[in-house]
Amino acid sequence: MALITIDRVSRIFDDPKRPNGIRALDNVSLTVARNEFLCLLGPSGCGKSTLLNMIAGFDHPTEGAVTVGGQPVTAPGADRGVVFQQANLMPWLPVWENVAFHLKMRGVGKDIRREKAHKFIEMVGLKGFENHFPSELSGGMNQRVGIARALLMNPEVILMDEPFGALDEQTKMDMHAELIRIWRESQSTIVFVTHGIDESLALGTHVAVMSARPGRIRELLPIDLERPRDPTSKVFNDYKRHILSLLRPEPVGEAI
Amino acid sequence: MKVHEAGRKQGPSMMWRLYKSIERGIVPVLLIVGWEVFSRSGILPRALLPAPSQVLIAWADWVFATDGNTQSYSGHWLFDVAASSFRVFSGFALAAVLGIGAGMAIGWSRTVENLFEPVLQILRPVPPVSWIPLAIIWFGIADKPAIFLVFMGSFFPVLLSTIHGVKNCDRNLLRAGAMTGGTPSKLLRYIVFPAALPSIFSGLRIAIGSAWMLTVTAEMVAVKSGVGYVLWDSYYFLRYDIVIASMVSIGLLGFLSDYVIKRVGAYLLRWQRGSTLQKEG
Repeated sequence: MALITIDRVSRIFDDPKRPNGIRALDNVSLTVARNEFLCLLGPSGCGKSTLLNMIAGFDHPTEGAVTVGGQPVTAPGADRGVVFQQANLMPWLPVWENVAFHLKMRGVGKDIRREKAHKFIEMVGLKGFENHFPSELSGGMNQRVGIARALLMNPEVILMDEPFGALDEQTKMDMHAELIRIWRESQSTIVFVTHGIDESLALGTHVAVMSARPGRIRELLPIDLERPRDPTSKVFNDYKRHILSLLRPEPVGEAI
Repeated sequence: MKVHEAGRKQGPSMMWRLYKSIERGIVPVLLIVGWEVFSRSGILPRALLPAPSQVLIAWADWVFATDGNTQSYSGHWLFDVAASSFRVFSGFALAAVLGIGAGMAIGWSRTVENLFEPVLQILRPVPPVSWIPLAIIWFGIADKPAIFLVFMGSFFPVLLSTIHGVKNCDRNLLRAGAMTGGTPSKLLRYIVFPAALPSIFSGLRIAIGSAWMLTVTAEMVAVKSGVGYVLWDSYYFLRYDIVIASMVSIGLLGFLSDYVIKRVGAYLLRWQRGSTLQKEG
């Protein structure tokens, strides 16, 4: 049963220089089932972030419809946790207050907030940093706080927009392992935007390969790889080769 | 203690440390000594430029009623300071509350901005001092006109810095807030307000400066008490030592109230410490 349905969605941005505007997404259809880990992969300008923003409710389709759990998306909401490219934490709040921000919005008392936050801070491996301010933590740690904040809402879906883009390779790999553990532990559904082929193959149960101008889905690939995934294995590289061929301007081979 | 510590070091280092420990005091001390010498030299009549020692004697009597040389002001300093501080505090508090409130509304809502901005833009360039005549005919001669003037002088700095702070609130934080299920009023309270706080505090510090300026001005013209009134009254009685003692008192009070705001700001904005170069707020 599909948790997220994207039904023939197009998004046209107004552009004063072009009478017809810019077609960022063109007739995109996609479904995500519960407990899937879908990676949206594509070059800059393919509309992958736009698509994610529509699921989050920050943006709206020009044509078509987006539904989550059967409900059409109209505005951002706590049923869809977003982890942003920059952590976007409240710099004036300590880590635990940031993690429990959702509860603050609901008017939950301090003691319960602290207690709830504690569990998720532990889950993302930040125990001992509860009272630090974001400015006192590294980029990777802040990103973990952002993940904990999204997890605490116990959302239907977690939407991630290149959350590890600013991290170095080593930290990124650690975060991948963490994320997979968290995804399994929390049994959540994740939509993850990236432009890294390796990243998408390391994480996703499915990879949607997108092409730019106009943004379309070239192919939706189910990834059948053992975890933990070995990026040097032959099967991994077969997938990679196939995706590379899809991303090239002139498609070379369509079949795998 | 410093000298003792330096004594164990070699010669140049000790001299350097000694110099460093008094560096900030050198120019002020030289200025006061120079002033004392100049004033005693008789180049100017002593009545026109009282020596620092004379100011100190007048001030001591004003504060502690030591020898009665300030006559009716003798021992009255605390009352004068309290009267002025009360006016500053009332006008400033009023300006802070209304300035922050109006600033949040204008910065947040385009409609409110369109409705009120034109009026505020016309009122803003009017110098607060020019309200004195109207302040007197509306409020008479007492605390009220002074408080009104202080308000007029402090309101706009607070208002403008609040608007600036609200408008510069990071959109991404609002998106994060909306994602966590925040309603607009919650976002305003828990995101926009704290995000604007650094800017609000810089406005408050400008405002407290003009608050003292306008209290003193009001007391010179429209009120019969307070440090500003003592200053102007002493001028009529040719007591320039009291005039100078008043000036220094006002300077100290202004410094003190700014210091308090600075400390409160440094505490509330302690989260900024890691992200900026400044170590102390």
